[in-house]
Amino acid sequence: MNEQVRTVAANERRLTIARAMAEAIAQEMRTDPSVFVMGEDIAKLGGVFGNTRGLLEEFGNERVRDTPISETAFMGAAVGAASDGMRPVVELMFVDFFGVCFDAIYNSAAKNAYFSGGNVKVPMVLMTSTGGGYCDAGQHSQCLYATFAHLPGMKVVTPSNAYDAKGLMTSAIRDNNPVIYMFHKGLQGMGWLGTEAGATVHVPEEAYEIPFGKAAIVREGSDVTIVSVGMGVHHSLKAAAKLAEEGVSAEVVDLRTLVPLDRDTVFNSVAKTGRLIVVDEDYKSYGVTGEIIATIAERDVSILKASPQRVAYPDIPIPFTRPMEQFALPNPDKIISAYHNLKRARTWRWL
Amino acid sequence: MEKNSIQEGTLTPTKEQKFWMYRNMLVSRFLEESIEQIYLEGKKPVFNMAAGPIPGEMHLSNGQEPCAVGVCAHLQPFDVVTATHRPHHIAVAKGVNLNRMVAEIFGKATGLSGGRGGHMHIFDADVNFACSGIVGQGMGPAVGAALSRKMQGKEGVGVAFIGEGAVNQGAFHEAMNLAAVWKLPFITIIEDNQWGISVAKSESTAVPDNSVRAQSYGIPGYQVRDNDTYEIFKVAGEAIERARKGGGPSLIEIETYRLAGHFMGDAEGYRPPGELDGLKAKDPIKVMRARLGSEEGLSDEQNDQIVAQARATVEAAVNFARESAYPSPEEALEKVFV
Repeated sequence: MNEQVRTVAANERRLTIARAMAEAIAQEMRTDPSVFVMGEDIAKLGGVFGNTRGLLEEFGNERVRDTPISETAFMGAAVGAASDGMRPVVELMFVDFFGVCFDAIYNSAAKNAYFSGGNVKVPMVLMTSTGGGYCDAGQHSQCLYATFAHLPGMKVVTPSNAYDAKGLMTSAIRDNNPVIYMFHKGLQGMGWLGTEAGATVHVPEEAYEIPFGKAAIVREGSDVTIVSVGMGVHHSLKAAAKLAEEGVSAEVVDLRTLVPLDRDTVFNSVAKTGRLIVVDEDYKSYGVTGEIIATIAERDVSILKASPQRVAYPDIPIPFTRPMEQFALPNPDKIISAYHNLKRARTWRWL
Repeated sequence: MEKNSIQEGTLTPTKEQKFWMYRNMLVSRFLEESIEQIYLEGKKPVFNMAAGPIPGEMHLSNGQEPCAVGVCAHLQPFDVVTATHRPHHIAVAKGVNLNRMVAEIFGKATGLSGGRGGHMHIFDADVNFACSGIVGQGMGPAVGAALSRKMQGKEGVGVAFIGEGAVNQGAFHEAMNLAAVWKLPFITIIEDNQWGISVAKSESTAVPDNSVRAQSYGIPGYQVRDNDTYEIFKVAGEAIERARKGGGPSLIEIETYRLAGHFMGDAEGYRPPGELDGLKAKDPIKVMRARLGSEEGLSDEQNDQIVAQARATVEAAVNFARESAYPSPEEALEKVFV
């Protein structure tokens, strides 16, 4: 069982994801002078989502740089600085803004190692906020996990809780490759975003790494495997708790990183339960849910007792008004319905 | 022949610097002429870009050599240069390993990236050279390299070579402003060859002289007319020296000439009649040869030697590339992550 779901003793220190991220960055900045942070409103404001709070006060404005609103320039500058021996941690305030700077990301950061035959390294971390649920409409609420994970050359991490957030950030900064660090606004611990309480967990003070490509089984079960990332993990845990009341034992897998993807843990879990539901707040088609199902289908479809189900964002721009947005978002009830659909579905003929 | 380090306040090239520039112009030109010839191998009678020993797109730099040598005469291997999809002349002047560069252009295992990049993606970390296939893309990374040097307190400037078409990209404006607001050791070199593929500068750009754009960033701007190697040397020297001293970025636009098509296979129907002949008459290599004759007494015999040496350098690189093996196809799966 993973650390974050073990019982937390009363005296243990609990942090929000925002504070866990800032702490990881600060610890790396103390030990590695090549680490610096830049982005919009990350210095005096401490980041719109709080994840750089306190860094300016400790490290000063040479290493904690507010940038102009010029994502193309500072994302490109991060590539250049990373190629020249620095380790920039750069913030793209909302992932939805990727459209104005994607060339620097997927054509330069992601490809320069390959184009140089491995002679040029681009050790940069791009941290960016994802997710909706608070009526911020279609240019400030997307997840876009698959957009980044689809394109080769970038590692993609998606913490669901503060313990993972700190360890994944430490690993990301120390990695020699570009890492896209996608944090969900609803897990961030900012009160004004309606924070999910389950994301605020015990975080050790010392620096530690969480290896990429290792999913966490955050709840063990035997009847169905629910695979998810970020906010979806919390929906899945709530659904699993309700399913338990019906006598259904659900296992919940938190992928934690999408690139690299821990296909083995997913496969082994489904081999045990025989049933699969994938939950994703990113768009349904051509995304994480399809990739997970393909992983099973490709390796051994006979481990499935029924057709897999997916709970994902419909293929529509994210609507503003509360009833429409909530209608479209994944939630625990949809996961429970998916389980019942799965049970109703015809079992495989050959079993 | 070594290039001398620039002496403060002297912005006319020394004899050694003149010869260094001339020699690099020759190597660059002979390289392009060789590539032009080899590129057509296997592409006649039917032109198929995928055929022959050098497949893919090919953008030659014939005529633009002054921009490369006039700027790079002031640069050291530790200085960072980003170049464009038309990169060979700049790579030569920056000191990129010629054998491995040509091998990369051929797609061979001995190439700078083992055949993964090709002619638009030449990276030589030993001399801090990189180029890319997207217009304006090198601006941000060169600014970032300048930022890195400033933060580390290490020697070195960032130089982005771009074409005149790239000034109409958002990346140009954003990077110029960022470099200026952070007062970074950064220089933009605009190689204005008058044409964005088939669209003339006058049809795409609202001002005839892009150096005026420097005013919008509060930095010095220069325009060099008529592809003048010495004038490029002079203004680049000033700009680079100022950047090294902490004086911030500069912008230089050079009126240069593309004697070849945009890419190999370009029929160049958009050129006004006679333009190319006029440009060829002003071939900067001829101009340089004549200057060296009158200023430094370069005899025909000495010149023949220099020419032969440059040809031999290119031939050796081409032979190295031809004789090198292709990488094994499965190596395509390596070096995505490092």
